[in-house]
Amino acid sequence: MTVQIFDVFLLEAVVNGILLGGILALLALGLNLIFGVIDVVWICYAELIMIGMYSVYYLHNVYHWPLAFAFLACVLLVAALGALLHVLVIRPVLGAEPINQLLVTGGVLFFLQAVATLAFGVEFRNIGVSLPSLQVGGMYLSVARLIAFSVALAGMVAVYLFLKRSYLGTAIRAISQDRAIMPLMGVSPNRIFVLTSALGGALAGLAACLLVLQYDIHPAIGLSFGPITFLVCVLGGLGNMVGGFIAAFIFAQFISVGGYFLALEWGYVLAFLFFIVVMFWRPRGILGGK
Amino acid sequence: MLQLANVSAGYGSFQALFDVSLEVKAGESVAVIGPNGAGKTTLLRVISKLIAASSGTLSMEGRPLDGVPAHQVIGLGIAHVPENRRLFPKLTVEENLRMGGFLPAARARFAERLEFVYALFPRMQERRAQPAGTLSGGEQQMCAIGRALMSGPKLLLLDEPSAGLAPVVVQAIFGMIRRICGEGYTVLIVEQNIRQVLKVVDRAYLLETGRIKMSGSAADLLGSEDIRRAYLGL
Repeated sequence: MTVQIFDVFLLEAVVNGILLGGILALLALGLNLIFGVIDVVWICYAELIMIGMYSVYYLHNVYHWPLAFAFLACVLLVAALGALLHVLVIRPVLGAEPINQLLVTGGVLFFLQAVATLAFGVEFRNIGVSLPSLQVGGMYLSVARLIAFSVALAGMVAVYLFLKRSYLGTAIRAISQDRAIMPLMGVSPNRIFVLTSALGGALAGLAACLLVLQYDIHPAIGLSFGPITFLVCVLGGLGNMVGGFIAAFIFAQFISVGGYFLALEWGYVLAFLFFIVVMFWRPRGILGGK
Repeated sequence: MLQLANVSAGYGSFQALFDVSLEVKAGESVAVIGPNGAGKTTLLRVISKLIAASSGTLSMEGRPLDGVPAHQVIGLGIAHVPENRRLFPKLTVEENLRMGGFLPAARARFAERLEFVYALFPRMQERRAQPAGTLSGGEQQMCAIGRALMSGPKLLLLDEPSAGLAPVVVQAIFGMIRRICGEGYTVLIVEQNIRQVLKVVDRAYLLETGRIKMSGSAADLLGSEDIRRAYLGL
């Protein structure tokens, strides 16, 4: 008689949760970086991802660029969009009330969704790349998710090293601690804000490349990632990059394991319930202090 | 080296400086002394272009400073140690020093200047991996001065380096300032601790309610009957 010591499907759910956590952490990093440095929440962050996904689709499937070039172009394009968003939309309201800044980026969200609907139509599209699943010890793991997880992790390590080792990265961390004296260091706060916005955009572009391997593209796809990214950031402590990283993995486990025990939708219900409870207990998030 | 002619400045409708003229020559150490609220900090902030002068002219080595944005002032050789140190509390001591040498010209000489700062303040080398927010007040002042020196300045502006420090630490800080002056730096220092600062500098200006009331050699001012009565309690 054999005793089952563990449930392989539960293990699969845990592993899938970890893979999802990697993507959520990447999404949260971009939003946290922007908030931590510029003190503005890009409510339209996921719409930048949507534009990035469309750019991969058009470059690869319509203009027949090799996928690698389409990905590279996507990252550069969304980075440029991030910088543009700062210069055109955020800079004029930098001194305004936080609620106004929130509403402005919310306006950009609807603007980008409407433009995408007009330009690209409401049809679901996909880039037609289907990656297989791997069978590992009785578990089925999606190769697309494994790639997404590894690249997201590599992207986060690259951002960490940039922030930790380079002069510009150090300036980005410094400016979030004391904006007013940056000119005394020879640093123009304006330039750092544009650079940070471009970096946040590049992270959204990278996320777009990874998500386009797993999801169909449509103008409202941002709604699938935007709210959850925001909740992960708040759960970890808005602006706290380490907090966001931890929160992403906690959230992903609720979704994945909760979805395994009950139904997929229940995973989200449990995750949001957990979020609400944490907000009562620590309104500023797990690692928040700001 | 630095020249101010009839500079006025303020915040909104509040005027803090009235027709201030002063000069700092190369190699000199000069103090601006005066009571709290006299406009001393405003004066340094005007020189660094953190606030704009409403009238008057400033020039550094004969080059007028009007139109120069704040972040380019340090490139002209003016490094400013602000009031209350203003270190980046979560960055380590060494990262704070790295920020002081942010400009490309300074990056090339980072290792050499770091060695110089560590030789001047050995304590900073011991604490180099520690967040600056965990340093004591005196150590923070060393770090702030070190950060300014990392840019290799021609002129060092020091805003109230002794403020908020224990008397024994104040002595040590003035000892360090004396050494920095001895290294050949040109220094403009703003202080309320008049007795101490006049022992360190060559010349001084007395600033009261935004106006220069008196100027002369440090010895002259120390000997002045008015200053002895009003500020030194003698």
